[in-house]
Amino acid sequence: MSKLYIARSPKLAARVLDGEMMIMSGQDSTLFTLNKTATVIWQAADGKTTLEEIVERRIVPEFEIDADAALQDAETLARELASHGILQVSEEPIAPANPAAGDAQ
Amino acid sequence: MSALMQEMGDKALALGVPLAVQVDLTYRCNERCVHCYLDHDDHGEMTTTEIKHLLDELADAGVFILTLSGGEILMRRDFFEILEYARQLTFCVKLKTNGVLIREREAARIRDLGVESVQVSIYSHRPEVHDAITLVPGSLKRSLTAIRFLKSQGIKVTIANVLMTENMQDYQDVRALADELGVRATLDPTVTPMMDGNRSTLRLGAEENALKRLFRDQSLVGDVDEYCAVPSKPNEDELQALPCSAGHTAAYVSPYGDVYPCVQFPLTCGNVRRQRFIDIWRHSEQLKEVRSIRLKDLTSCSQCTHGSTCTRCPGLAFMEGNMRGPSTQDCEKSFARTGIPSANLLSRKPAAVNLVQIRATPNIAQASA
Repeated sequence: MSKLYIARSPKLAARVLDGEMMIMSGQDSTLFTLNKTATVIWQAADGKTTLEEIVERRIVPEFEIDADAALQDAETLARELASHGILQVSEEPIAPANPAAGDAQ
Repeated sequence: MSALMQEMGDKALALGVPLAVQVDLTYRCNERCVHCYLDHDDHGEMTTTEIKHLLDELADAGVFILTLSGGEILMRRDFFEILEYARQLTFCVKLKTNGVLIREREAARIRDLGVESVQVSIYSHRPEVHDAITLVPGSLKRSLTAIRFLKSQGIKVTIANVLMTENMQDYQDVRALADELGVRATLDPTVTPMMDGNRSTLRLGAEENALKRLFRDQSLVGDVDEYCAVPSKPNEDELQALPCSAGHTAAYVSPYGDVYPCVQFPLTCGNVRRQRFIDIWRHSEQLKEVRSIRLKDLTSCSQCTHGSTCTRCPGLAFMEGNMRGPSTQDCEKSFARTGIPSANLLSRKPAAVNLVQIRATPNIAQASA
């Protein structure tokens, strides 16, 4: 599995409600919700940290799951979020695309 | 509303989270709409720093949908600084504007900052009607130019059309104009009293016959028979229903920091210059009172046949004098829609003068005693 960098897409609206992230696409106002695991991954998607590191540091300790299986699930999730335009995925670090894209709370 | 948004709304209600807040950045305006409910003088608006601090507090409180409105939002020189800050906090930002100050550069900036949608007020497709309402010559042309700039940037635009006697005959043409521009159009036949309680604006509202025609326009309401059907009295479940989202998952903050349940519900619940927003939201006695009200608690409406189908606005009822009372404007709409007077309208109906008056005569036995 190659190294993947993930970054939150700009122009999204996002807020945590009861541990789950609500995300509204800036393109077509479609609303998505992420479960608690996906929320942790999305919040950590800074474009500088690899998905592998995110899974190791944030997912495995918090959710007590097998690291390899977690990474595989996380990559599937990342690519699915990318297909909806709410996450950017790259094999290189991703620079911030928009000064207004901040940290979702 | 999407099913998912409804689900989020239900969750926010259960958790006591203010999902949507409108912040009016200013009451100053470059138009003078005849029906406007605001005093346009600046009585000490929040500074840029105060508004940014408020936005931090709103984000911490869990607010997702942030509507920035006014007055005219672009009258504030720091508008884009505030907007950029709001987007850094990842709010879903909606703007309400008359568009007069939006040109290509402003539209591009709004796009770059990822605004969800922009609502522009258009009262008629005819300049002589629209401009007579805004009292600004050339305002229709400028607002339509703004809509075209916004559309050219791919921004979602909605035309908001408040219907009054003066522009009632033009709503179909405004809808056609919206289609031509590729934007949505909303109609609202509600003119609200001024925030200071002055009700003189209500005389501008659409008349009963015009409302009747509006509610029987199939292109607006779909199945007219169903829309105008005589309702049945509210059942037990409906009597437990909440009047609306004001104070439950929605709130309003004025340019002076006052917190209300809704822009149309000017019940001061606290001020963010003196208290944290979350403390007002959680502990205000006024908000607790608003939240305690169910349909069954409404003096007239709980007994009214329109109880469960009426568009009763708690804020309009409050401005009429009683947040548990009826909103007569909504009673009138229910009457225009169905032909059935509400309990409130029936109670106001003056007693008919009898043509034959019977006066009691003294009891003969008593008289002779």
